[in-house]
Amino acid sequence: MSYLKIDHINKSFKRGSATTDVLSGITVTIDQGEYVSIIGHSGCGKSTLLNIVAGLTPASNGAVLLENKEVNEPGPDRAVVFQNHSLLPWLTVYDNVRLAVDKVFSGSKSRSERDAWTMHNLELVQMAHAKDKRPMEISGGMKQRVGIARALAMQPKVLLLDEPFGALDALTRAHLQDSVMAIHQHLRNTVLMITHDVDEAVLLSDRIVMMTNGPASTIGDVLDVALPRPRKRLELVDNPEYIQARAAVLEFLYARHKAPALQAAE
Amino acid sequence: MNMALKKSAIAGGVPINGAGATVLAMPAPKGPPLAARIASHASAAAARLIPPIIVIAMTLMVWELLCNKQGATLPPPSQVVSETWELIVDPFYDRGGIDKGLFWHLSASLQRVALGYALAAAVGIALGTLVGQSTWAMRGLDPIFQVLRTVPPLAWLPLSLAAFRDGQPAAIFVIFITAIWPIIINTAVGIRNIPQDYRNVAAILRLNHVEFFFKVMVPAAAPYIFTGLRIGIGLSWLAIVAAEMLIGGVGIGFFIWDAWNSSRISEIILALVYVGIIGFVLDRVVALIASVVTRGTAAN
Repeated sequence: MSYLKIDHINKSFKRGSATTDVLSGITVTIDQGEYVSIIGHSGCGKSTLLNIVAGLTPASNGAVLLENKEVNEPGPDRAVVFQNHSLLPWLTVYDNVRLAVDKVFSGSKSRSERDAWTMHNLELVQMAHAKDKRPMEISGGMKQRVGIARALAMQPKVLLLDEPFGALDALTRAHLQDSVMAIHQHLRNTVLMITHDVDEAVLLSDRIVMMTNGPASTIGDVLDVALPRPRKRLELVDNPEYIQARAAVLEFLYARHKAPALQAAE
Repeated sequence: MNMALKKSAIAGGVPINGAGATVLAMPAPKGPPLAARIASHASAAAARLIPPIIVIAMTLMVWELLCNKQGATLPPPSQVVSETWELIVDPFYDRGGIDKGLFWHLSASLQRVALGYALAAAVGIALGTLVGQSTWAMRGLDPIFQVLRTVPPLAWLPLSLAAFRDGQPAAIFVIFITAIWPIIINTAVGIRNIPQDYRNVAAILRLNHVEFFFKVMVPAAAPYIFTGLRIGIGLSWLAIVAAEMLIGGVGIGFFIWDAWNSSRISEIILALVYVGIIGFVLDRVVALIASVVTRGTAAN
């Protein structure tokens, strides 16, 4: 029995009389505790798909089922980590997370428990030291850590990551990927991540869903990554299974479904 | 002349004097560095104080020279100070009627502005939120706002007098109607410019309308709202002087008009100095509140 089911999702945008199909017949099932990545060239509609799962964009057809119940409104059971962190700049790091904690656990946790839970999640992403800073006073990587803490603090059934490392430099990205891996290992969350980075997808995921180019993108292929966990970045470099998985994704993206701009250039 | 010079210089240098005072009040941790710090602060203060002092002194000198001649229509600064000396040294006298010290006139004007401006802020932010949040309200109200905001403040006064049949509420209404447009328009722009990201966060957290208003909308739009409030306070102070000239009674506007009618030109000049300084202070106060309230709301 699947935990999260994306069931025959279609999405088209209407602008005046013109209709653009973005997604066509997307079906993905995700088990509890699984880490699934969706990869594709930019413009293939992968962020639209994540927004549909989050409930921020309505699907034209099809449904999203979480524990066999249809979800079509946003809610804290599907917490999102946004690419640009989306912290509220007038609140401190602590207050950004606390806002989520207060909202989600107002009925079930006491004031001191909510404080402890906020601090616990900040410690999880190693940001407890900066709790009184405002977002503009910390680096991009730190902001993203706080964004992750805020999402984790909601105790979501599914954690949705929308290119969470896309705006970061390579070193910061690697650090944060390791943190996310450690947290996933520890908490066993169900994660759906959007990415366009092949190494990131192979390193982090149990399964990689590869999308074809738009318009009317669909699922081109699905790759299981059976590498044992915990995974170590350095040890994987010459692991044959890792190399094979990486090659398979690269082959899909650059040979079978080249980016539209590259195709046009030839 | 010396008196006027000194007063202007002090008024121009208020923030610098304040900063210097805090430095002096600090406990001295070490001997030499403190002296060095005072010296560096003093030179910084001097660098900012000296240019305005020179410019003011030169302006007063030119004015003195131009108006000191026989047949000059306006009094020179030395004559202004000597003729208004009583008003300068005793702003608190009250001989009944409108024969009061400048403090009472300014305070009456400020009370009218405070009331009209407070109403404009409350109604303006509410209407601006409505227009910013609802496309329907924007389409309906925006054309009306765009036309009404171009009506000069004093053009409202006769209508206002006809409606209220009394000078006091009429003047307050003129302040209200003058200050409200920039507040409405800037609030609406601020609300419309709330990033979609913040709305997404609010949606995922399932904030209700009240929580969204106080926790996201107001702080996100605060920089815009304060821009409107700052323009509004400036316009209010501009409008009150003109309105009071027409409605009469106690108030700095009518004080100026009354001085003109009795040819006390020096008093007019003194009143203008006060009007300018108070307008400046009002603007600074709103700017200060804005910088405290919107701390950290600027770019991220």
